[in-house]
Amino acid sequence: MLLEIENLSLHYGRIQALHGISIEVGEGEIVALIGANGAGKSTTMRAISGLRMPSSGKIRFAGHDITRERADRRVVRGISQSPEGRGIFPGMTVLENLDMGCYTRKDRAGIKEDLERVFGLFPRLSERRKQVGGTMSGGEQQMLAIGRALMARPKLLLLDEPSMGLAPLLIQQIFTIIEEINQQGTTILLVEQNAQQALSRAHRAYVLETGQIVKTGTGAELLVDPKVKDAYLGVA
Amino acid sequence: MQFEYWLDNFWSLTVGGLTQGAIYALVALGYTLVYGVLRLINFAHSEVFMIGTFAVPIAWTAIGYGRDAHPSGLGSVVLLFAVGLIAAALASAATAMLVERVAYRPLRPKNPPSLIFLITAIGASVVLSEAVGLLVKRKPMGAMTLIQPKEVFTIFGTSVDNVQLLVVGAAIGMMLLLDQFINRTRAGRGVRAVAQNPDAAALMGVNRDRIILMIFMLGGIMAGGAALLYMIKVGSTKYDAGFLLGVKAFAAAVLGGIGNLRGALLGGLLLGVVENWGAGLIGDKWIDATAFVVLVVILMFRPTGLLGESLGRARA
Ligand SMILES: Nc1ncnc2c1ncn2[C@@H]1O[C@H](COP(=O)(O)OP(=O)(O)OP(=O)(O)O)[C@@H](O)[C@H]1O
Ligand SMILES: [Mg+2]
Repeated sequence: MLLEIENLSLHYGRIQALHGISIEVGEGEIVALIGANGAGKSTTMRAISGLRMPSSGKIRFAGHDITRERADRRVVRGISQSPEGRGIFPGMTVLENLDMGCYTRKDRAGIKEDLERVFGLFPRLSERRKQVGGTMSGGEQQMLAIGRALMARPKLLLLDEPSMGLAPLLIQQIFTIIEEINQQGTTILLVEQNAQQALSRAHRAYVLETGQIVKTGTGAELLVDPKVKDAYLGVA
Repeated sequence: MQFEYWLDNFWSLTVGGLTQGAIYALVALGYTLVYGVLRLINFAHSEVFMIGTFAVPIAWTAIGYGRDAHPSGLGSVVLLFAVGLIAAALASAATAMLVERVAYRPLRPKNPPSLIFLITAIGASVVLSEAVGLLVKRKPMGAMTLIQPKEVFTIFGTSVDNVQLLVVGAAIGMMLLLDQFINRTRAGRGVRAVAQNPDAAALMGVNRDRIILMIFMLGGIMAGGAALLYMIKVGSTKYDAGFLLGVKAFAAAVLGGIGNLRGALLGGLLLGVVENWGAGLIGDKWIDATAFVVLVVILMFRPTGLLGESLGRARA
């Protein structure tokens, strides 16, 4: 397993957001994490990337215990996150934002290659290299956040609601790009409100409810699960 | 009002104000850097400057240039300038980094309200100035005259001397270096990233604590430069020499737009000039009052300062 989360709990002050969840992500997989607002999806992502420290439980990455490791060290290990709400650097240009993505890397040739790859996936970013991040549209910022996360050449890519705020056509496109990234060899943990899309693209998925995992299975299994259908797929 | 006096001495008041303002600007950078990254007003920064001023005569005396020494020749003046700069920068940077490690960093993981930081900041400031006060028995410390003021040229009938040129030139030079560092280097990119979005910066692999320590170091180095120029210009220091100058440098930072590096330069020079005009216009003892009246008036019209944006927003 590339990522193993074991019995993880996390508190925000007195509020407990995660109640002993366990999640596994294997090398090469796309794993989706779905759940209602406030279920703890983003919290799980923050615990994996090190922005928030858990109160108990374990996180292992590629066999190493990283539960209490600093966030910047996890980036070097190969974990990269595109945060919820994009979190780009508003005062930096597109190119500078992408540059921040490879802050810990020194292999110039590889960086150049990855920049071309990101521009290949998102031609819009290439057209707008010199534009200041804060002035980009919501959808463009989303592409920038994903592209920036790719610039770290991660082993594990954490995507927190990559389709948020995108036009329907663009949503299709983003999910196609996510599959493409995965086929190029990157393992992906995907948090999504758009359960239909997420489940149909993911190899496996977990359903999170008020800080607990209530269901897990392959994407195809959950797509036809009556309870999941009821709660997350709407009337479809 | 002594309008005629002011008019007659307009250029000499301006040149004198620019010289003083250049020192404000260098100290203001320290406030602005820390604020830009941490949203914290480091009140101990005035003591960072003050400790730098003591380092200058101590270093000079240590290499045989006591109070009454007369350095001769350009070579030895340049050498002594370098020694003074290194000593002051080291002392100020070390003080600033110590304050960060002891007074601020231990609090950060607990995420306390900013009022708590303000209180530790004031505490650190008092501790440092009292510690130095006790150490030197509250006596002033003088330094030798490194450079005898000598007219270099005249502008509109006002003579501009070599000390004034050196102070303004050195201050602007240091600020340009800092500006290049922040906008051109990898570490500088890290600084801007933490200022704009600390969580996202951590996700890029930026070590926040290291960037913060570096920010204090850079602010300390600038304050050290200011301390050397102050000793060249004024010639003597005291354990409380940082207080008023620190408050004015902070005012300069706010005036230019706190968090904005170029704003610190503008605010510093402007404050120096305007307070000197005020002194000329209504009398010397009004110099400090003028500075703060100007600050209040400008903030009424531009609450975010003259250049407004913060380090967080600033584009390269
Ligand atoms: N910084 C915080 N302080 C206090 N409580 C928080 C904080 N961040 C999140 N929470 C709480 O933790 C719970 C889980 O939040 P989280 O952001 O992980 O939900 P989510 O599943 O990502 O929801 P959404 O789909 O709306 O993004 C929520 O009840 C939320 O109110
Ligand atoms: Mg969320």
